[in-house]
Amino acid sequence: MTRYVLRRLLGAVLVIFVVSVVTFAIFQLGPALSNTSPVYYYIGKIPFPAGSVQLKLIEHRFGFDQPLWQQYWTWLRGILFGRKLDDGSTFVNCHAPCLGYSFRLNTPVTSLVKQALPVSLSLAAGAAILWLVGGVTVGVISALHPRSVFDRAGMTMALAAVSLPIFFTGPILILVFVYQLKWLPNISYVPITQDPAQWFRSMILPWIALSFLFAALYARLTRASMMETMGEDYIRTARAKGLPRRKVTLRHGLRAALTPIVTIFGIDVGTLIGTTVITETVFNLRGLGYLSVQSIHTQDLPVIMGVTIIAAIALVVANLVVDILYAFVDPRVSYG
Amino acid sequence: MTVEPRDITRSPSGDTGAYLSVNDLRVHFPTGDGIVKAVDGLSFSISRGQTLGIVGESGSGKSVTSQAILGLHKGSKARISGEIWLGDQELVGMTEEEIRGLRGDQMAMIFQDPLSSLHPFYTVGRQITEAYRVHNSVGKSAARKRAVEMLDLVGIPNPDKRFDDYPHQFSGGMRQRAMIAMALVCDPKLLIADEPTTALDVTVQAQILELMKELQREFNSAIILITHDLGVVAEACDSVVVMYGGQCVETGTVNDIFYHAQMPYTWGLLGSMPRMDRDRRERLQPIPGQPPSLIQVPKGCVFNPRCVYQDHVPGDLCKTDHPQLLMTQRGNEGGLLPHQVRCHIRESERERIWTEQISPTL
Repeated sequence: MTRYVLRRLLGAVLVIFVVSVVTFAIFQLGPALSNTSPVYYYIGKIPFPAGSVQLKLIEHRFGFDQPLWQQYWTWLRGILFGRKLDDGSTFVNCHAPCLGYSFRLNTPVTSLVKQALPVSLSLAAGAAILWLVGGVTVGVISALHPRSVFDRAGMTMALAAVSLPIFFTGPILILVFVYQLKWLPNISYVPITQDPAQWFRSMILPWIALSFLFAALYARLTRASMMETMGEDYIRTARAKGLPRRKVTLRHGLRAALTPIVTIFGIDVGTLIGTTVITETVFNLRGLGYLSVQSIHTQDLPVIMGVTIIAAIALVVANLVVDILYAFVDPRVSYG
Repeated sequence: MTVEPRDITRSPSGDTGAYLSVNDLRVHFPTGDGIVKAVDGLSFSISRGQTLGIVGESGSGKSVTSQAILGLHKGSKARISGEIWLGDQELVGMTEEEIRGLRGDQMAMIFQDPLSSLHPFYTVGRQITEAYRVHNSVGKSAARKRAVEMLDLVGIPNPDKRFDDYPHQFSGGMRQRAMIAMALVCDPKLLIADEPTTALDVTVQAQILELMKELQREFNSAIILITHDLGVVAEACDSVVVMYGGQCVETGTVNDIFYHAQMPYTWGLLGSMPRMDRDRRERLQPIPGQPPSLIQVPKGCVFNPRCVYQDHVPGDLCKTDHPQLLMTQRGNEGGLLPHQVRCHIRESERERIWTEQISPTL
């Protein structure tokens, strides 16, 4: 088991390395293709005419005159060990993990990410719990009573939920619960460490809006998986043993039906970190999605690269967790 | 559909020695294409310590019958009528909850494919203790002791260690042994084995059959052995029900069926059985045609579209009249299950065909 985890960890590190190379390479493409000095993508303007000695000097300070692999190494080393940033007039000591420095916002990328990550994590985790519980419950009941009123209503709702975009359901939720019913205060994100109750109140609507979509997918998925499982021979065996219906359904049926769902769940949650742009925008949450959109608007290259690598790491870690969990969930998976 | 007279009738209190008595059982499934008459008017009895074989092709209603006895069709759309008496309890009219208390306790079942019939995510031991603890309020350690005892009894080496293994860590034969241990953990009085050896190789088949016999001697349980393998029947059974198209076409003792068969379908089954003691150049005799549709059951005798002996019956009787299951002259030699045949051919004629045409070729 330890060997299995270690091997998976090593694999994950390799994947993250490849991701970092690709991320770095992709973001060198922009300056190369548009034939603009990378300086523009770092500080937002070209302070001196192209080809001038002064510009060359700045490019030299940034290290853009060095070969690409060396620039990559500088960037990676910064992430691993921290580095000294030098904009020509001042020195900034950027501690590991140093993702670079946003000259637009005059802030290290790492501290931008540090602010945004808890928001994204809160959003993804809360929504994930909601949709997992909601989706699986609806799916199981639908599977046990196929073509019943509940099943038809549930599946129709699911179809509607998949079809409705968050920029529609989100504002409706705000309108109803904040402005009409006044059940919730009109507040933006409050860190959980500061005030858990307020944090919960600030997150409940975003959770609902985001989980609505996923709950629908999971309800359909669970229904299909559960219906297949309930037709398995071992369910018949469980009934033949004289087990009560509830035990047959939950302990034998659901236990097996959930296995494929665990896989998808991990990947979905991992993907959500950094991609919940619409939900964050609608609910005015300053998460990673919001940060990435902002940095794309302002062409703030160091921030874009930083957010990309963090989102990628989140997905790889989620996958790793699923892989390890899977070995516990399904004893047939060998650890070898 | 005509209701046939019952050949074996028995009141629950009637002292015939039968432990399980099935009377005129019908299991019909309504589908979009029509009603599937999976079992249509089946009757048989079996006493404790006896083994009854139910033979027939795929789709003849064998498995449906066994699942009807356990009440596994309850909660589905199946329409079940007739009576099933287990001891002095009638099962068809029971609610799911009532019959659930009997399942696994009074009657248990062994299934065909032990790998797919065991839950892949739970240890073998846990699945056995689960079966035990549903019906016996005992603690975990007592249940474990009992399960290890059962694993030992069915011949699994190192039962205490293998208790914690998962089904995929067992071999095919071991899995079926574990299945048997699970079925017998509550000492059921009736054991239904639905093709218990089909998924196993031949040497293991013999071991499993021997094991079932041993356990039967020990627990004095009634066994219903469902199979399409006449070799297994000859080896393990006392009496036999031959099913075709959801109906019983011939019943009797093993002796009746193997040495005095009188129904053309049984002849076909016997003729298509490979024999070690026969010349290999001789061809097996398959039964021509396909098993009947259970939605459009053939008019007259259910076997008539495939029967080659219809010229022994005057007129179109085979195609128009549904023959009744009647007792033969050999009669009640079989005790609970007398020799009965569902065929229009005259009995003396059937005996003649058997001795002159069928028996010598077997």
